[in-house]
Formats: sequence, C-alpha cells, structure tokens
Amino acid sequence: MDTRLESIFTKFNGSKDEIIPLLQSVQNEYGYLPEDTMLEIARFTNVPESRVYGVATFYAQFRFTPIGENRIMVCRGTACYVKGATKILEEIERELGIKEGETTPDGKYSLETVACIGCCSLAPCVMINKKVEAKLTPKKVAKLFKKGE
Amino acid sequence: MIKTEEDFKKVYMDARREWEILESGKKPIVMVGTATCGRSAGSLEVLDGIRESLKDHSVDATILEVGCIGLCYNEPLVTVLKRPDPAVFYGNISPDRVERLVEEHIVGDHPVAEFALGTMGERTVEGIPRLFDDSTLKPQVRRVLKRCGIIDPTNIQHYIAHDGYNGLFNALKLGPGQIIEELKRSGLRGRGGAGFPTGVKWEFAFKAKSDKKYVVCNADEGDPGAFMNRSVLESDPHAMLEGILIAGYAIGAANGYIYCRAEYPLALERLRIALRQSEELGFIGDNIMGKDFSFHIKIKEGAGAFVCGEETALIASIEGKRGMPSTRPPYPAISGLWGKPTIINNVETLASVSLIMQNNAEWFSQYGTERSKGTKTFALAGKVKNSGLIEVPLGITLREIIFDIGGGIIDDKEFKAVQTGGPSGGCIPAALLDTPVDYDSLKSAGAIMGSGGMIVMDEDTCMVDIARYFLDFTRKESCGECVPCRLGTKQMLDILNDITDGRGTLEDIDLLEEIAEGVKMGSLCGLGQTAPNPVLTTIRYFRDEYEAHVKEKKCPSKVCKALIHYRIIPEKCIGCQACYKICPVNAIRGKPKEVHVIDQEKCIRCGLCFITCPQKVQAIECVSGQPEIGG
Repeated sequence: MDTRLESIFTKFNGSKDEIIPLLQSVQNEYGYLPEDTMLEIARFTNVPESRVYGVATFYAQFRFTPIGENRIMVCRGTACYVKGATKILEEIERELGIKEGETTPDGKYSLETVACIGCCSLAPCVMINKKVEAKLTPKKVAKLFKKGE
Repeated sequence: MIKTEEDFKKVYMDARREWEILESGKKPIVMVGTATCGRSAGSLEVLDGIRESLKDHSVDATILEVGCIGLCYNEPLVTVLKRPDPAVFYGNISPDRVERLVEEHIVGDHPVAEFALGTMGERTVEGIPRLFDDSTLKPQVRRVLKRCGIIDPTNIQHYIAHDGYNGLFNALKLGPGQIIEELKRSGLRGRGGAGFPTGVKWEFAFKAKSDKKYVVCNADEGDPGAFMNRSVLESDPHAMLEGILIAGYAIGAANGYIYCRAEYPLALERLRIALRQSEELGFIGDNIMGKDFSFHIKIKEGAGAFVCGEETALIASIEGKRGMPSTRPPYPAISGLWGKPTIINNVETLASVSLIMQNNAEWFSQYGTERSKGTKTFALAGKVKNSGLIEVPLGITLREIIFDIGGGIIDDKEFKAVQTGGPSGGCIPAALLDTPVDYDSLKSAGAIMGSGGMIVMDEDTCMVDIARYFLDFTRKESCGECVPCRLGTKQMLDILNDITDGRGTLEDIDLLEEIAEGVKMGSLCGLGQTAPNPVLTTIRYFRDEYEAHVKEKKCPSKVCKALIHYRIIPEKCIGCQACYKICPVNAIRGKPKEVHVIDQEKCIRCGLCFITCPQKVQAIECVSGQPEIGG
C-alpha cells in the first residue's frame, strides 16, 4: 500500500462512520479519489468496496479524476443567478475554451459550478482556488484571465 | 482551567476587566472585518496595508480581526477607536484609502468623515452620525448578531467578556427540567426552516430513556442564497458551542456533533479554534464547572449534499452512509444517531438558546408575534441596494425589510418578487409586500420562513426561469430514494425547460401544477415535500408570465434565450465595429462606418454585443419574442 495512504490511516481507527472523513483525507492528499484507494478504505473499515463507492458517488465533493492546477468554482446560488451568474459562466467557458466540469488540456484550469459560496451580498462571484472574486461582470472576467491569474 | 463555579466567575471578571482596559486604554484600536465576505472584497490586503502604514508612522495600535457586522454592501469595513473620540466605523475602505485613514485618524486625531458610516455607541463626532441611526440598522434588533463584527472570534476572552458562557453557567444552576420549561416559555421555534418548538423537541429527547444521547448542530447551510450561519460561525462561533453544551446538559447527552459544510473553509477554521479554546478552559470536557456533566464535541465536515440538511439524512451522513432520509416517526428525538435519542438544531437556534439562558424567556419573547417569538437573521441579497446580513423582530413586514432596511431596488427598478426559504420556499409578489414575516404568514403565502435566505427580484428577473432554476437544483439534489421526488422533480424540470425554450403549451401549466401537488403529498422527506413550492408560487402569482411564454412565445423579462433576440437599431449604429469584433460566433456583419446587422440564425444570444456597444451609442436592443428569421 502507498505510504501516503498508510499515514492517512494512522489517524483513524477504522470504524464505519469514518468513511466520509477518510475519503476527504484521501482526496486532500491526492487531489481526487484513485480507484485503488477506495478498495483500501473498504478493507480498512471492513465494509464492501461497493459501500465505499456508493458513499463517494453520493456526495458532490468527491472526484474520481484529477483536477487542474487552478480550481475555478462558479457560484450558482440564487443571488448570483439573478445577478447574471450564467453569463459569467459562459464568459469563463469562452475564455478557457472548456465547459463546466472540464479541465484545460494543459492541466492549468478546472471549471466547476457550486451551489452557493455564501457571498450573496457580493454577487455574482467565483472562487478561484480559495480566493473569492466578487461583483463580477463578463468584462471583469475577461480581464481576470488575461492577467494570467 | 475552570473547575468550579467560582473559577468561572473569576475568569468572567478577568475577561471583562481586560476588555475594559482594551476599550479605555491609550492605544488606538483598529478592527478589520475579515469574514469571507470581507475577504472577497479585499479586507486582507487592507489589513496588511494598515499594518505597514502603522509601522511606517511608528504608531503602536491594537489590530483586531473581527467578523461580519452584516453591512456587506460596504465591505471592506474598518473600525477605528482612538480616544477620546468614540469608535468610528468606516466602509468601502479599499487599499488605496488606507494611508489617508491612518494618517488622518490614527496619527492625526481627525476622523475621516468622507469614509465614515457612523460612530459606534451613543456619542457622535462632528460630521459623523451615529451608526445605529442609519436607516439600514435602525429597524433592526441585533441579538444573535450582537457580537458579530465587534469581537475577535478567535479570542474566547472577548466572548466571555460579552456575557459568553454565562448562559451555560445559569443553565447548570437551573437543571434540565427548568431549562426546558424556560425554552418552552420563550416560544423559540427552530431557525432552520420548519419552525418546530425547540423546547418541545428537547423535552422528547429528555424524556426518552437511553444509555446514550446525542446533540447535533446542523451547520450544513445548503440553501443557495443563504449565509446567516456562515456569518455567525465566522464571527461568533462560541455562541453556538455554548448552545450545544446547554442542549447536552438539558437532555442528558455526553456527545455532540457539528455538521458543517466543507464549502465554508473559514467557518470551519474558526470553529476548530473556538472548540480548542473552549476545551482548554474547561467549558467542554469532564465535570464541567464542577457538575456531574461531561460533554465532548466533534466536527464533521459535510461533503456537499443539500439533502443532508434534512435531519434523518444528516444522521445517515454522520454514520458514514449515503445521506438518504428515512421515514419519521420515529423522530430523531426518540431514535436518531445510532438509534439513540438525538436532537438536531440549527446554528441560529443554538445561538438563541445561549441568549435565552444568558437572559430569560421574557427577554427573548418581548419581540415577535403571538406564535413566532424573538428575532430572526436574514441574508438579504439579490437586486436590493443594501444587501447584507440583518436581524429583525419577527412580525416585521417584507416591505420594511426590503425598502427600509434594504433601501429598495438597485437602480430604482421595479420590485417584482422576494424569494424566501431557498429551494423549499416560494416567491412572494409585490401585492403581498405587507405580509408580516413570521412562520405562519409566510406559509400561508405559499413560501416558508426557511433558514433566512431572502432574495429580492426585480423586473429583469423571469419568474418562469427562476422556477426552472430551483427545479434544476432540487432535481440534482434529490437523493433518488422515493419516486415522487426523483421522477417528479425531473418531470417538472422537463416541462419548465420546454416552456423557457419556447415549446410549452397551456396544458403544460396545468400539468405542472398537478405534478407539483403530487410531489408535495407523496415525497418522503422535506426536500421533495417542499421542492414544488417555487413552481406553485410562481404559477399562483405570475401566471401571466407563464402564459406569455407559451401563448405569445415571449419572455417579458427578456431572460429566456429562446424567446428573445438582439437587434441593431440602424438609425443609431455608427459602424464602430465593436460588436463585430466581440461576437464569438461571427453573427454580425458590417463594414466600418456602415450600419451593422445581426444574423439571427447564427446568433446565440449571449448578449456580448449588447454590453459592448458604447454607452453613448446604445444601438443594440434586446427584444422580447422570437426573431423573424430572414427579416
């Protein structure tokens, strides 16, 4: 077994209620959930692999493929939506040449949408890595990505 | 470490004294709001700027990072206290304003009236009014938010100095039965959405016989358009922790969980700090304040599932399973986490419990209506001028919230609707603006109180599209367990897509209503039972918009792409080619200095030409209705 995985497991005792925190730790370490790690989690918590996979696919947070260097999350909360989030998303898609859920071929950017970041007063907003860009307009988006981010 | 009641009294007195020294000492104090909203407006850069500037001027000042006072539309927010003047609250402090602020107010003793929003407290400074006389703040009653933006959330002493953990102290003296009685008398109802009386819920769990019981704080604020709990967790996390402890003592539990969504990294960070500090001081641990009461709290990070806001789904998620709801009864208060009696309360409910115990039931119920007591926080956002976090007495009207506190609609456009309760709520039209905001009135208007999201919509918002937006959300978030919700939300979304794409018929509207009623009645949990509300309320109040979509194939608000088109007004076009260059699909033809034309068959209605056409020219218009191809 991978040493990275081993060191994650040392922080847990293997009970079933730890499946979600385990998956979260693995994803933090690897950036996504590699297939074999789910098998190892199943062995560690003593449940069928299908159960681990079932949990992982249920929650929006988990990914099964690697993401790009920069993670762009376009907020689609209600406040952002009524203030034009759709246009912001379209503009980013155009700038990067990818659609929601995709990663640029050079692996630099991944584009996702998220239910709500909770910055509703500064709508529309986008989270780039951990930083929130607020009160966006299609023009600001174009500038944001031309700067080279 | 607090081991007895006497220890607590001493810690409390020390914290108060320290706070008084801080407030009355010679050193100036600078407070910067660094909650998520402040940060996204650039408050961390401002904070760095202030630090550097103070160093340049060799001024010794105390810098505090505080939470969010709720005036998000004025972020970044900075407060400066330099005696003998009262503290001055500044708004829109961008990094380029820092130097002047430091030079004039901190170095030079001249508060900058130009940037000031008001003074804190009773006294004023020349040219600067009292902050709480501001029209946005005056109608508010700040209780849950009392400490938000005033104290450093990472310093437990600040919380204690503001009566923090006094509620726990009082509760431990009262005993479980009395606490529950006090809560019942206060009239507190759950702040998470459904509004179940908190005292009654606790009583069920208290009376249930079991070797183990649990308290769960639901901090999985999943409603899009709501951020009340995030703000409280980031600005005053101990208020909620104290509430969990009181709950644990009241029902006889020894363990608690906080289920917080992972999308709130800062809230989680501050929560972890608060938890550690509270453990170190002995508020959490064994034999709390010398009583036969031990309690431990764990934080569980949510993994992004809206349905986990539903209590039985949340329990499944804590147990490490897919977050699927189960049938009730048995209610979690009887059989919850691992089959044991469990109470699940929302962040604001628990923070309110702390307040009730710090004061009393009468204090709490002096505001509110007969059946909805106390105050409630709302996240006011959307097309409203002063958007932010507010707290108002229940019973206030929607009009007062939107027009007095919110300052009306951006650009003075026409108000169309306000959406409360997120995907479970409804859209309330202008005719019902005088509806009092309480659990029952909102319900009879077809919406719900919900956790406090309040999104204002104007004439540019298409109500059919909004219904479609919410159904798109609930369809994705439906866990798929019961058929009415799984298939019903899908069917409703398909019909709404047809209508917004110009393929709808009049019969579709009736069918939509029929399915909505079925989903409401037949679904297993709250998600499905309330998912039709956005559809039902928009049909009920905005049927004319639905009919315009299906009969005239027009979107009156010019939102639905299939039912609008853009057109160049020949008399106005100067042939500058700005639109020609920006069009991503080359749908615009025209030579320099000649009138341009949009090829309607190629046009994807992205609207880029519309926003690119120079302000002085404005030759492009958006027209409701489908274009005449070839015309």
